[in-house]
Amino acid sequence: MTMRAPVTDLPIVFEDVSFRAREVAVVADVALALAPGAPTVVVGPNGAGKTTLIRLAMGLMRPSSGRITWGGRDDVPATRRAILFQRPVMLRRSAAGNLAYALAAAGCPRAQRTARVAELIDLVGLTGLGERPARRLSGGEQQRLALARALARDPDVLFLDEPTASLDPAATKAIEDLIRAIASRGIKVVMSTHDLGQARRLAGEMVLMHRGRIVERADADAFFTAPRTAEAAKFIGGELLL
Amino acid sequence: MPDTSALTLVLTADPALMAIMRLSLIVSLSAALCAAVIGVPLGALLALTRFPGRQAVIVVFNALMGLPPVVVGLAVFLLLSRSGPLGSWGLLFTPTAMILAQTVLVTPIIAALARQTIEDLWNEYRDELAAMDVGPLRRVATLIRDGRLSLVTALLAGFGRAAAEVGAVMIVGGNIDGFTRTMTTAIALETSKGDLPLAIGLGMVLIVIVIIVNALAWTLRRVDERFAG
Repeated sequence: MTMRAPVTDLPIVFEDVSFRAREVAVVADVALALAPGAPTVVVGPNGAGKTTLIRLAMGLMRPSSGRITWGGRDDVPATRRAILFQRPVMLRRSAAGNLAYALAAAGCPRAQRTARVAELIDLVGLTGLGERPARRLSGGEQQRLALARALARDPDVLFLDEPTASLDPAATKAIEDLIRAIASRGIKVVMSTHDLGQARRLAGEMVLMHRGRIVERADADAFFTAPRTAEAAKFIGGELLL
Repeated sequence: MPDTSALTLVLTADPALMAIMRLSLIVSLSAALCAAVIGVPLGALLALTRFPGRQAVIVVFNALMGLPPVVVGLAVFLLLSRSGPLGSWGLLFTPTAMILAQTVLVTPIIAALARQTIEDLWNEYRDELAAMDVGPLRRVATLIRDGRLSLVTALLAGFGRAAAEVGAVMIVGGNIDGFTRTMTTAIALETSKGDLPLAIGLGMVLIVIVIIVNALAWTLRRVDERFAG
């Protein structure tokens, strides 16, 4: 493990944040605090603003208005945050090469990299596949490698944008098990999903987005048993939220 | 009885023929390397920066890929001739002048191909590298490294173009026997003199070189696909 300064990016606080693309508010008037604890799962229909919310929290986009702070500070470089994109891109290197690259980018000393690479490869169950070109791995294997690459940054908070959208049930289970293991190690997980069952399985806290706004935010138990808003009730009931 | 003297020249490694080949290879390889040293960073800069007129610059570079060698030869000739701005360097009719002219000819090819390669790769990598908080220098190094096989292919394309052109080296080199005579200028001269065996022999060698260059490029592309997935 690399040494870390005793500061953290958490909580991530959104103060009245909006993001507009060509005058259309993709994310509107969001106030949100992401604090250490059980996974936060963001749900909502397509175009609700889930991906944008996650990218804003990661610091990959700047809000059009409002303010985002990480551990009370503005403009914190993403050294303690990591993200798994919906369609992760493997670098044109071996699986191990991808991890070594991420470790180098995160400032891991050269002498420790080989050991860390092996550790990460084992962690995500890709033992023995290290020398394969990353782009030749299957979809599920690539997703796990991408997860390992995100963990190489030794993050406080891990964002996952629909991490299992294109995976079969077995590969999905592998990812969900990893997410649980990651959360139990004290890394804050913030993920978006379309899959209500997945949300039930993983969430500690639920955030329902609709048309760029946060409609309901509650503990997972409360969200699923006693939704406060009509939208949440419809969403849980499997009705279409238009 | 067919005339086999061309083949004999090649098979017996005729010294005059070998000297011409050697100079050709040295000049064109040096030019391709110089062009790569200038063209790859230039291509990376064009790929990764946004400035007013960028599109126009890209169009110009793409157009310059088809630069006529004689025009390049003429421009470099004017630059290096006794009364030209660099006339005092005394480079006209030397191999150095030929390398210079071919570098001018090949740089746009390598820059344009490198820009395309690096820009395509950047579009793929952008989000991931941003998420890994990779700084500008490491970004460029990463793109060049991961695009290296395509970039070598660009270099081979540049070398092929340089080795095959006759106009620029003829004008700035002067086709001086034993000093600035290359395969292409020799073919032009020997054909007009009627010494066909030497011309045909050189022509065969040139074709073989072009085939080897293309085979190399093809192999690299296959290796690249392994990683590109």
